[in-house]
Amino acid sequence: MHDFTFHAPDSLSAVLDLLAEHDGDAKLLAGGTSLTTLLKQSLIAPDHIVSLHRVPGLDSIEVSNGELRIGGLTTQRDMERSSVVKEHAPLLAEAYRRVATVRIRNVATVGGGIAQADPAMDPPPSLLILGASVVATSTRGERVIPISEVYADYYETTLESDEIVTELRVPAQPSGAGWTYIKYLPRTEDDYATVSVAAIGSVEGGSIADIRVALGAVAPTAVRASVVEEALAGQAPTLDALREASQAVADIVDPTDDPRGSAWYKRDMSVVFTRRALEQVLGVS
Amino acid sequence: MTTTPVRQTVTVTVNGQEYTREVPTYRTLVDFIRYDLGLTGTKEACSVGVCGACTIELDGRIAASCITLAVRADGANITTIEGVADGDTLHPVQEAFINYGGFQCGACTPGQIMAAKALLEHNSSPSEAEIKEWMMGNLCRCTGYYQIIESIQAAAEAK
Ligand SMILES: Cc1cc2nc3c(=O)[nH]c(=O)nc-3n(C[C@H](O)[C@H](O)[C@H](O)COP(=O)(O)OP(=O)(O)OC[C@H]3O[C@@H](n4cnc5c(N)ncnc54)[C@H](O)[C@@H]3O)c2cc1C
Ligand code: FES
Ligand code: FES
Repeated sequence: MHDFTFHAPDSLSAVLDLLAEHDGDAKLLAGGTSLTTLLKQSLIAPDHIVSLHRVPGLDSIEVSNGELRIGGLTTQRDMERSSVVKEHAPLLAEAYRRVATVRIRNVATVGGGIAQADPAMDPPPSLLILGASVVATSTRGERVIPISEVYADYYETTLESDEIVTELRVPAQPSGAGWTYIKYLPRTEDDYATVSVAAIGSVEGGSIADIRVALGAVAPTAVRASVVEEALAGQAPTLDALREASQAVADIVDPTDDPRGSAWYKRDMSVVFTRRALEQVLGVS
Repeated sequence: MTTTPVRQTVTVTVNGQEYTREVPTYRTLVDFIRYDLGLTGTKEACSVGVCGACTIELDGRIAASCITLAVRADGANITTIEGVADGDTLHPVQEAFINYGGFQCGACTPGQIMAAKALLEHNSSPSEAEIKEWMMGNLCRCTGYYQIIESIQAAAEAK
């Protein structure tokens, strides 16, 4: 492994100063579950590692104006178990519960997961349909970025190299609406998804009032299935309507062949699991 | 703030004993535990966080020591398999693994015991489904898993 200087500052301002000072040559380390593997495999070779484990005050989960405010250093295990998250956004608690194993969730953080931006991760589809946003902080100040503008490409975000994710903001899930997160795992339970689908939906007066769908693992970033949402809004929730609308995801996904499935299989399964998610959240069978 | 090029001092408490060592910053925690501290009970198999062989308890939560940097653990309180028994008295989970055939070759066993012990501390009477969900991150090439589940159920009943 490449040599690096390890910094363990005990305040956010010291972190920001280090990132500014070593801009482009410093990497943040939160839980380290992705970063340590990248270092070991020499896929990255920064001269400076700035660890966040001594930075206080960035791991709380609060509600403000109907919006969840989640510190960037909150562990994924705490997201899964938090009664506040379960109450205001049960979909989000479920998405984090499906990440890897307890051993990984115990240390992996919310901010680290967002910055890693692996399209096969579990939280992104739910973050997209909940309309989450990310607070990115640097010595230049703070900016709030909608999550849909954070994910840029495979493992790439629009975060600058001197920025740190200090907060995740998530509007509360509409109470009473149906919701689901389906993680399709043809291999083992602890694997990354072959296809994943998050959905929220409700029916009022016999027609579809709210419908939101996003998919993970089948494109360079998680993708919102707006075509499906637009086709269904205001329609009667019939099995035929859901089946027809689901077909449209075949054109918006862009999967690759890998050990979790071939591209054509993932495209077919995207359609199948979108339909099943729609059936579940709209109560159609 | 700590800034040390290349080598850095790490002080950890492992199984109640404090250790201080100077190590390269890239040293993984599993290598630190095995080679710098000589506690070879903790095993490394996959090296990428998947198999669970290197499971230890880090500040009260199980973690994969193969994907943790030793310098990141500076100041931490760690329990390894060597710290599970009370002198010559085995932990109920260890007793159960012996009595119910929870291991064969033993390569995965320290990690299985650390994970199972943490499960029972978190949930003293887990259902079979809860055991499977918690333990799915600990792979075993020998037992076929059924005896591991039986061992954990027996340990839960023995408590
Ligand atoms: C064995 C294994 C199985 C996995 N399975 C799954 C799975 O099934 N589903 C899933 O969703 N994920 C899975 N993951 C990925 C896991 O979710 C990520 O490794 C984790 O989210 C990264 O968080 P971390 O805190 O450990 O980040 P780190 O590894 O510390 O950092 C990851 C990246 O984010 C940057 N970073 C860290 N914190 C911040 C911050 N606050 N602001 C800006 N940048 C930051 C780092 O510089 C680095 O580039 C798995 C990982 C492992 C090791
Ligand atoms: S050796 Fe650490 S999880 Fe496999
Ligand atoms: S006992 Fe041999 S790998 Fe589990």
